[in-house]
Amino acid sequence: MTFLILPVFIILPLSFSSSLFLEFPPKGFSLMWYQRLITDFQWLEAAKVSFSVACFTMLLSTLLGTMASVGLVRGKFFGRNIIYTVFLSPMIMPLIVMAIALYFLFVRLHLVGTYTGLIIAHTILAIPFVIVNVTSVLHGFDRNLENAAMNLGANRLQTFLRITLPLISPGIFSGALFAFIISFDEIIIAIFIAGTSAVTLPKMIWDSIRLEINPMVTSIATLLIFLSVIVLVISEILRRRAEKYRSIPR
Amino acid sequence: MSDLLKSLGENKTLGGNLFLVLPALFFLLFLYIYPLTKMILISLLDPDFTLRHYQQFISSSIYVKVFFITIKIGFFSTVICLVLGYPVAFLLASVSPKTRGIMIVFVVIPFWISLLIRNYAWMIILGRNGIVNSLLLKMGLISAPLKLMYNSFGMYVGMVHILLPYMIFPLFAVMSGIDWDLIRAARSLGANTFQTFLRIYLPLSMKGVSTGCLIVFIISIGFFITPALLGGLKDIMISNLIENQINNLLNWGFGSALAFILLIVAVILIVFFKKYLFLEELK
Repeated sequence: MTFLILPVFIILPLSFSSSLFLEFPPKGFSLMWYQRLITDFQWLEAAKVSFSVACFTMLLSTLLGTMASVGLVRGKFFGRNIIYTVFLSPMIMPLIVMAIALYFLFVRLHLVGTYTGLIIAHTILAIPFVIVNVTSVLHGFDRNLENAAMNLGANRLQTFLRITLPLISPGIFSGALFAFIISFDEIIIAIFIAGTSAVTLPKMIWDSIRLEINPMVTSIATLLIFLSVIVLVISEILRRRAEKYRSIPR
Repeated sequence: MSDLLKSLGENKTLGGNLFLVLPALFFLLFLYIYPLTKMILISLLDPDFTLRHYQQFISSSIYVKVFFITIKIGFFSTVICLVLGYPVAFLLASVSPKTRGIMIVFVVIPFWISLLIRNYAWMIILGRNGIVNSLLLKMGLISAPLKLMYNSFGMYVGMVHILLPYMIFPLFAVMSGIDWDLIRAARSLGANTFQTFLRIYLPLSMKGVSTGCLIVFIISIGFFITPALLGGLKDIMISNLIENQINNLLNWGFGSALAFILLIVAVILIVFFKKYLFLEELK
């Protein structure tokens, strides 16, 4: 347990160090590294790229994944399980394999170093997580609620918007959070696809620590750790709500 | 009542429909399945059909060696994760719900933090002038800094740190379902702690062990970042070889062949051991 949490507790105090070198315990308190960070054009640009790509990935994968989940869980058509397996397969695909396959394609389509390229790649990675989250709430969903609504005169669209969507929304939101964080933290594909014009934060970190330990990274690392914890807390709240709304007990 | 509703709603339910699946399906077909197929073809065509790249792989002792190093690293990471993860999962499953909540946070937080940052943290801890070395020097236990990273040790520390939660979660899931009455029964029939564990608890938790090991092994053989950052010159895994072929040597054909080999290993593992993965089938 100590082993698991130790790195987090090491990095936090170091980021507030006033020393130019990485010393532990840190010599004095300062926000020097943060100041450097927010005045550095390259890091700000990387943060912008990461946020934009992660937001678009979240929207696209949530939309595609939610539609596919409803279709898969409710539908009865040939090849359902095969399609489901295809959708989930990026979860276990070695990332390097996907990275170079996409790299070859994107070189021909001139998508290397573009937002579009990164968004496409990250969406492929994120779709299975959206599907897992949404199909899980759909399985626990009592269809009689929909039937009741329709018998009371609601049409399909009304029923979907007013009954189904609110009830499965915790699953959709937690899928969306997964999608965001997957995109935001993704590095291996970014190494190939980001080029020099769409450098994400992880790519920037990778470039600056590959050959030497850069102390400035402690500050960005601390900020990213906080972001992860915030996302984690939100997802836990959502999970609890999803359990509460589950109309069919497990 | 529910039957009545069902019969009323029979011809008018909100449905599943192939059309809802199509957008995602086309997206993945064109941007995922197609590039993967294309990559496999690149490894086989030059410009006509050839097994040249695969022959190059088999005939070169270096490449075959890297392949076995990859398997070896995967194997040892899995074993270390199992040894460290089993007691943690056992604790999680047997403590009070309140303590469990706190402990799970300790496992989950690192899990959500970017892999890159966790590796970076280990670089700071294990480096030549890192935290471990400066502490040991200050205490006078060593006279010169120990080499703790840029070697296999550093790499295993980094990898196990990332892989451990993937081992703990399935173990915990299975262990929390174990019926403690069985343990008590064994004890009251005269078995000692060791016997009870070996004959009752361990077999009951085996499903978690196999799932955890499979997941950890599959993830570990695809590792790329950690060996590059924390490993030494000898710790080259197949992913690092692929990156080098593509980015530095621009040898797409051979890089693709290596990637296809890695993919086949992963697929074989999954197909053979599919029953151990908790893949929820569609109902």
